[in-house]
Amino acid sequence: MTAIQHISTSRRIKDRVVQGLVYLAFALAVVPLVSVLWLVISNGMSRFDVEFLTHSMNGIGARDVGGGAYHAIVGTLEQVLLASVISVPIGLFTAIYLVEYGNNGRLSRAISFFVDVMTGVPSVVAGLFVLAFWILFLGFSYSGWAGALALSILMMPTVVRSAEEMLRLVPVDLREASYALGVPKWRTILRVVLPTAFTGIVTGVMLAVARVAGETAPLLMTVFFTNSINNDPFTGPQMGLPLFVFDQAARPNDTAVDRAWTGALTLILIVMLLNLVARLIAWWRSPARGR
Amino acid sequence: MATNVRTRDGGPATSRSASRRSHGEGLFRFLATGAGVVLLAIMAAIAVFLIGEAIPALRANQANFFTELTWDPNGQQVFGIAALAFGTVLSSALALVIATPIAVGVALFISHYAPRKLAAPLGYLIDLLAAVPSVVYGLWGLAFLVPLIRTPSQWLNEHLGWFPLFAGEGAIGGKTMVAGSIVLAIMILPIIAAISREVFLQAPKMNEEAALALGATRWEMIRMAVLPFGRPGVISAAMLGLGRAMGETIAVALIFPATFDITFEILTPHANSIAANIANGFGEATQIGRGALIASGLVLFVITLLVNMGARLIINRRKEYARAGA
Amino acid sequence: MSKQIQVSGLDAYYGSHKAIEDVSMTIEPRSITAFIGPSGCGKSTFLRTLNRMHEVIPGARVDGKVLLDGEDLYAGTVEPVSVRRMIGMVFQRPNPFPTMSIYENVAAGLRLNGRVSKAQTDAIVEESLKGANLWNEVKDRLNKPGAGLSGGQQQRLCIARAIAVKPQVLLMDEPCSALDPISTLAIEDLMAKLKDEFTIVIVTHNMQQAARVSDRTAFFNLAEQGKPGKVIEMDETSRMFTNPSEKATEDYITGRFG
Repeated sequence: MTAIQHISTSRRIKDRVVQGLVYLAFALAVVPLVSVLWLVISNGMSRFDVEFLTHSMNGIGARDVGGGAYHAIVGTLEQVLLASVISVPIGLFTAIYLVEYGNNGRLSRAISFFVDVMTGVPSVVAGLFVLAFWILFLGFSYSGWAGALALSILMMPTVVRSAEEMLRLVPVDLREASYALGVPKWRTILRVVLPTAFTGIVTGVMLAVARVAGETAPLLMTVFFTNSINNDPFTGPQMGLPLFVFDQAARPNDTAVDRAWTGALTLILIVMLLNLVARLIAWWRSPARGR
Repeated sequence: MATNVRTRDGGPATSRSASRRSHGEGLFRFLATGAGVVLLAIMAAIAVFLIGEAIPALRANQANFFTELTWDPNGQQVFGIAALAFGTVLSSALALVIATPIAVGVALFISHYAPRKLAAPLGYLIDLLAAVPSVVYGLWGLAFLVPLIRTPSQWLNEHLGWFPLFAGEGAIGGKTMVAGSIVLAIMILPIIAAISREVFLQAPKMNEEAALALGATRWEMIRMAVLPFGRPGVISAAMLGLGRAMGETIAVALIFPATFDITFEILTPHANSIAANIANGFGEATQIGRGALIASGLVLFVITLLVNMGARLIINRRKEYARAGA
Repeated sequence: MSKQIQVSGLDAYYGSHKAIEDVSMTIEPRSITAFIGPSGCGKSTFLRTLNRMHEVIPGARVDGKVLLDGEDLYAGTVEPVSVRRMIGMVFQRPNPFPTMSIYENVAAGLRLNGRVSKAQTDAIVEESLKGANLWNEVKDRLNKPGAGLSGGQQQRLCIARAIAVKPQVLLMDEPCSALDPISTLAIEDLMAKLKDEFTIVIVTHNMQQAARVSDRTAFFNLAEQGKPGKVIEMDETSRMFTNPSEKATEDYITGRFG
């Protein structure tokens, strides 16, 4: 009887080749991330100064150095805040419907399906919709609010999904304990279910905010452009940070491209910060869930 | 619809007695149901208002919207979706061909190859790719990728020019279809990788052990017990990525040179897409021009809707299958 | 087609946790050896060290020697893949590949080892299904999914899949614990038949089963609470169940604990 046979060389080679390809795929995926971050940081640092953060582009000529993105930063913060104000209640109540009242009926399945489909609505289509509805049909002007409407359409499905997931994690026992005390369902949801799921929902909202904060296309046709500071999101064109980057990047002179890189750096910092805070909240609450 | 829902309700608090059902309960249920209905209404409204605002422009069009190549709604009022739709489909298809194998590799790396302790942080690293705003990818593509691939493009054109995709004369490289497609591929990679990773992790451990116990190598085990199980998930992930690539706007708006022709020569500076055209054309659009752009957006909406619904149907069917098997 | 296993001084770990300590035993060819003992005493872990499946779990490792007819399975030059090819395994829950037909399930292991002709594969599939007492029940639906069979049939399908690659040893990890009594009986009959060809090792919770099917029995237990598991006693099954030499074995067999 022979000794333990080795596996055939071709099998061994195949196994090794696949392993090599899998490692290569991962390396290939990381290269652009490193490259993007490196270029944004190295090119963006040169103009990342006080003037950039505190000044607008008002009165800055085509070839002038200087100028900043203050107007765009203010615009982005206001638009994102308004978008959250619209989408969080709708998203949260929809999640409550799906988890607590839907009972997997026809309406609930339809909503659930279209929430998924809504995640795939291209951001430029959301912008066009607000243009068609708010600006062309209802006759309002370009404004930060119009941009917020478009962003809120992009936020809603993300908020619904993350809130739904968190609500489903709340143990049934907890609800039943409350029902057993004679507390009506809506009070149970308000007093027991929502507080238990609260941090998880906040995490989901933050991730949704981080996602839309970087959106450019829907702003293009809703807030339009401006070079000056407009603190009022409800009247007149505003600016947004992603829009600022797009605008400056498309200009043919180096001073503008420098501003685009610094704008990109600022944008990435804001988005990554939101992501980080969201993950920290998620991480901070995870021991309580016993994971 | 509302009555249907009410009869199916089994909540103890509401079924106990009608008198206990306060105004609060009714209001709360109304708000929750209403929010869900609002979401459905928004989806319907998107279709309705895009159609409504597109019709006047389509009436004014002097050419066939579906076959015309050029896009001049502001002057001649001649415009058509043909070249743009072609560009959208070609660029997204190329992006998908580039991204899917790498994404599946990344997903397998995280689920079955990386050391246990490193898997989660490395997965997070890939998720970060999705957090980079698309305008930043556009800037990166313009400043870094476009110059980088010029020489390889010329080499491919010179040596493999017989292959239709690499053919072309004159200026090779620069702001090309392939440059935009690579950027799109990077942007959809994290989505495909994340979903594939989830389905690979769900592959039943007991089947993996069965394969190993038969004397399978790691790759043979993956081919026997992981890939067949994960295939529907990977397909729907790729379709979701395809939908995302089709709708992606700003990155390609910065890179594509806004030409209006149909060509498979992806190494020449001829490229455009519906979304890129909307972003680039909106600034100087007249009233008809805006209507025309909205009409093109409607086409994009319908295409992505179909792709996404297809992907979701596959996922949902799979969920039921998985539940029945458990 | 059947080999002897000699284990000496074997420890198995999960990370820093030592699950079994200093196990030494000889498993005779062409016989059935049963491992019994309370849950968590390491008998399944030990079984999995015999075909190097233990190390599949992240952080798991093994110290000591396992000799298959004198050859160390844990020697540096030996690949786990070839060990598992020679020592087959049947698991607690039937685990046919859900995407494969009955035929493909049985042929799955064969196809790993190079090209086998269609006629040869057909012959081995039939032979293995007959060997697993399943042929008559499935011969008309070989191309149907294996998941469509009953639990007991699925388990026999898994046995057919394991013996199709003609291993030297067959390890069975509580193969009947998820099955009803009639299916259990079918598997036990099958084991009695298979021991003419294979060295069989079975882990079981069911002492009657050990008494019915096995030639030799090893009793595993924790040395004390929180300590690693070890072999308390190993002997001929008939002697073990009538006249155990250790008090702990007697207590366990008579149902005083466990």
